[in-house]
Formats: sequence, C-alpha cells, structure tokens
Amino acid sequence: MAAAPSDPINLDSLRGKVVYVDFWASWCVPCRQSFPWMDEMQRTFAKDGLVVVAVNVDHARSDATKFLSEFSPAFRIAYDPDGVTAEQYHVHGMPTSFLIDREGKIQLQHAGFRARDREELAGRIRALLATH
Amino acid sequence: MLRSRTTARLLLLVLVCTLPACSSLGVKPWQRELLAKKEMALDANGVDSSIDDHIYFSKEATSGGRGFGGGGCGCN
Repeated sequence: MAAAPSDPINLDSLRGKVVYVDFWASWCVPCRQSFPWMDEMQRTFAKDGLVVVAVNVDHARSDATKFLSEFSPAFRIAYDPDGVTAEQYHVHGMPTSFLIDREGKIQLQHAGFRARDREELAGRIRALLATH
Repeated sequence: MLRSRTTARLLLLVLVCTLPACSSLGVKPWQRELLAKKEMALDANGVDSSIDDHIYFSKEATSGGRGFGGGGCGCN
C-alpha cells in the first residue's frame, strides 16, 4: 500500500507496535463515524505503541483528499486505489479493520463500524497494548 | 473413434470452462464507489418515491418493502 506513490507503508517496519489497519472510502457512511474514533485512539494510545493506518480505496485521490480535509486525522493514511491490498486482506465490507499485535499477527478482523463497537474495539486495543 | 475423441475434447473444454465458476462474480466491497452514489439509488428522488409509495399503499393496502437499506458499503 502506498501513502503517496513514492511512499509505501510497510507493516514490517511497524513490528513491535500494535497496528490498527482500517480500509475506508470517502463514500462509505460508517467510515465517517470511525474517523473521529480512530483519531481519538491514535492520540490516546500513541505513547503506548499504537499505530493507526487507514487505507483508502477510493479510485480518485481527490475524493479521499476532500474527505480527509474534513477530519484532518492524526493517523497515517495509505492509498490503495486498485484494491490490491484490500484483495490480499480479503476485505468483505466497508470499512473493515484489522488489529495486528506486536508480533505482526492479525488478532482481530472487524467489518463495519457502529457506535456500539467503539468500547469493545478500544478494549481489544488496550489489551494488546498491555502485552509486551 | 474420431467422433469420440472430438466429444472428449469438447467435454474437456466445457469442464475447463466451468473451473473459474463464480470467482469473478459481483463487485468487491471496495469497488462500490459508483453504486454508493446518490443517483445510483433505486429511490434517488425522495419526492417521487414517496408519491410512488403512496400510490402503491393506496392500491395494495400495504407499505414498505421498497428499496434496500445501506449505502452500498456491504456492511449493513
């Protein structure tokens, strides 16, 4: 996945961190709800080693840019306009998120985003951050 | 002999053709960009669909069941 054409994010380089990977698109309604929450998670748990990576799957970069200008998130954004990474992750709904532990293993896959998911997901993140 | 070989080849061809099956069927969740657009909704025009709904209700003495929920994100 590429943050900019020349700046791909390699998850291997994030080994040792707890990584929350979220596949999102500007047209996806629940993504609008997940962004403030992911921002909060990133801000709260950055010091504990959480890295949120939001992978955009919009075809047009301009759509993503417009969406991002509304939120100006504090987390990292990667771009996957052709869905290559989404295909590899077997994304089966938008948004779909993956919680990856410090060893690089996927511990949780979560499709969709509802207000009531927040606490549970935060709990899982906290639990993984507690393991060293 | 010749005919049976041709038949066998044809049969093989047909069998090979079935191998991809439904592997490329449908739109992937991250490809639903166009489907999620407002104008792609079955009831894109609110006023129009409410009139249709009213006629439907009046004629059939029933309501609901038109359209579908969700914004095409595949998560609802």
